[in-house]
Amino acid sequence: MRSEETPRLIGADGLGALFTALRDRGYTVVGPTLRDGAVVLAELDSAGQLPSGWSADTEAGRYRSRRREDGAVFAHCAGPVSAKTFVHPPRARLWSADRNPDGSVSAAGPDAPAKRFAFVGVHPCDIAALGVLDRVLAGGEHPDPVYTARRDGTFVVVAECTEPAATCFCTSMGTGPAATAGFDIAITELLDGGHRFLARGGSPAGTEVLAALPSVPAGAEDTAAATAAVERAAAAISRHMPDEPLPALMTASRESPRWADVASRCLTCGNCTMVCPTCFCTSTEDVTDLTGQHTEHQRHWDSCFSLDFSYLHGGPVRTSTASRYRQWMSHKLGTWQEQFGMSGCVGCGRCIAWCPAGIDITEEAAALAAARLEDAP
Amino acid sequence: MNAVVPVPHRIVDRRVDTADTVTVELAPVGEALPAFRPGQFAMLTAYGIGDVPISVSGRHGARPLHTIRAVGAVTRALHDAAPGDVIGVRGPFGTAWDVASAAGHDVIVVAGGIGLAPLRPVVERVLADRSAFGRVAILAGAREPAELLYADARRQWATQAQVRTTVDRAADGWKGPVGLVTALIPGMDVDHAAAAAFVCGPEAMMWFTVQALLERGVPAARIQVSLERNMRCGLGWCGHCQLGPLLLCRDGPVVGYPVAEPLMRVREL
Repeated sequence: MRSEETPRLIGADGLGALFTALRDRGYTVVGPTLRDGAVVLAELDSAGQLPSGWSADTEAGRYRSRRREDGAVFAHCAGPVSAKTFVHPPRARLWSADRNPDGSVSAAGPDAPAKRFAFVGVHPCDIAALGVLDRVLAGGEHPDPVYTARRDGTFVVVAECTEPAATCFCTSMGTGPAATAGFDIAITELLDGGHRFLARGGSPAGTEVLAALPSVPAGAEDTAAATAAVERAAAAISRHMPDEPLPALMTASRESPRWADVASRCLTCGNCTMVCPTCFCTSTEDVTDLTGQHTEHQRHWDSCFSLDFSYLHGGPVRTSTASRYRQWMSHKLGTWQEQFGMSGCVGCGRCIAWCPAGIDITEEAAALAAARLEDAP
Repeated sequence: MNAVVPVPHRIVDRRVDTADTVTVELAPVGEALPAFRPGQFAMLTAYGIGDVPISVSGRHGARPLHTIRAVGAVTRALHDAAPGDVIGVRGPFGTAWDVASAAGHDVIVVAGGIGLAPLRPVVERVLADRSAFGRVAILAGAREPAELLYADARRQWATQAQVRTTVDRAADGWKGPVGLVTALIPGMDVDHAAAAAFVCGPEAMMWFTVQALLERGVPAARIQVSLERNMRCGLGWCGHCQLGPLLLCRDGPVVGYPVAEPLMRVREL
């Protein structure tokens, strides 16, 4: 769904102007950068920190950054960090309370964040993930104040995906490689015929920032090149989910023998949940100071792969690895739909690349689908 | 303030129920929370220790009562809190027992252990409007006689309802039945096919109770159960209370048996 307005063309040096424009408007820019051998998302001071000339090769259980001949800036696939880290921080204080000398208690809610984030160069799958978090954490009866304080007013510059990795399956989840919604500016990186970016506004704020950048109207050949680059990306995606309604597949597979099979490989390390851009589960703990009169209620990311996650008096509900993997995958692809009216998976492939055992959610889904066919009368 | 920050409440009354269980009456120090409906729960905070979900077990005027069994660090701290102490309260959260739908029907209430706590407001609502319901049977099981809750209340209920208790292990002086609460179901004087049932207790107890009720002809659509999972927030954010498609803090804890049945069937769901 392309905007009717004529897109603009920005030169390779235009990203510096974009950073300046965003910082002038009070944003803290978060974008991709090479760190410790991987392209991660981090707070960036300048466009020079973008991963120019870096890609990554991924496979099940494997991620390797790779030097490129060209100076491509947004040719990286999903790294271990997603926007989740910034809007749903790994640790947050939900409230603090002080016991007063008269025995009464004074309490305060979470601190307001000092920063307003502009995400630059995140891919459409991760924009879709922000939409999922919006629904889960801010779209219910009780909007999460930690999340909304960080998410409200964010500025999003999505980079359409032109170099999907082997672990990507966004086309199965309907989240990419094209950017269709949820952004202020969408850019498409063009390499053939000169390094340049096609840019289009997706909101009044985006159009305003775009107008502040040095640009020229995009020609028909630029627009065609951008469309072709995204179409090539879609065609290059090699992993796919089974072509059937996944919630029904998950419900029908609750007692599948496949869970025991995957449990023989799963280490229950929780890596998949940590790198997942939509896994939102948290736990809480109360921390006091030495006087015991001041207490803080802190929240931190949790994983359904941990034994304590399902603890009830007497012991955990999900003791077996099979039941914990089933919970994660069934939630992601199935019950999320019933809980929030959407899928919990955006097809970014992080869980596949960052699983130390190389477990592949698309392969597991295919196995469940095949087993279901065998069981059918 | 919102549902995130606990609202300070003072313990104004503390009644010892059993060796490890107390019922506390809470009065807001400042602002009051919305009224709890039977079946709903609060997140109770022992400042500096943590918070736990505790269902409402009755009310005294506008003040909620909560029955707390000391099983872990937080419930131990709440159990040990004395009248005058301040604890934090968030809520009300979750679904309520649909008592109104039982009007005109015989009513069967089956409780296992501390499961009687969330059911006490059901019994009190039914008995407060006694003529709106048919025959009423209240069945409660506990491990030992000393663990049966609310002896005074049960004596009162017995003037208007059939009240039966059973224990797993008899102790000195116990003359009542010994065994599972399901064994009491056949002896009730109710029209099973026209009855509505409210069930709360350990999951296995609820499962076998419901099977016994179904066997006697109680329609599945008129059976409600209260389910339990780990809860960290009560707000639908933490993911801990999932039971298949349900977030029990939001879609439960009280659900109709037809919703619960396929989920209760699956081990370790």
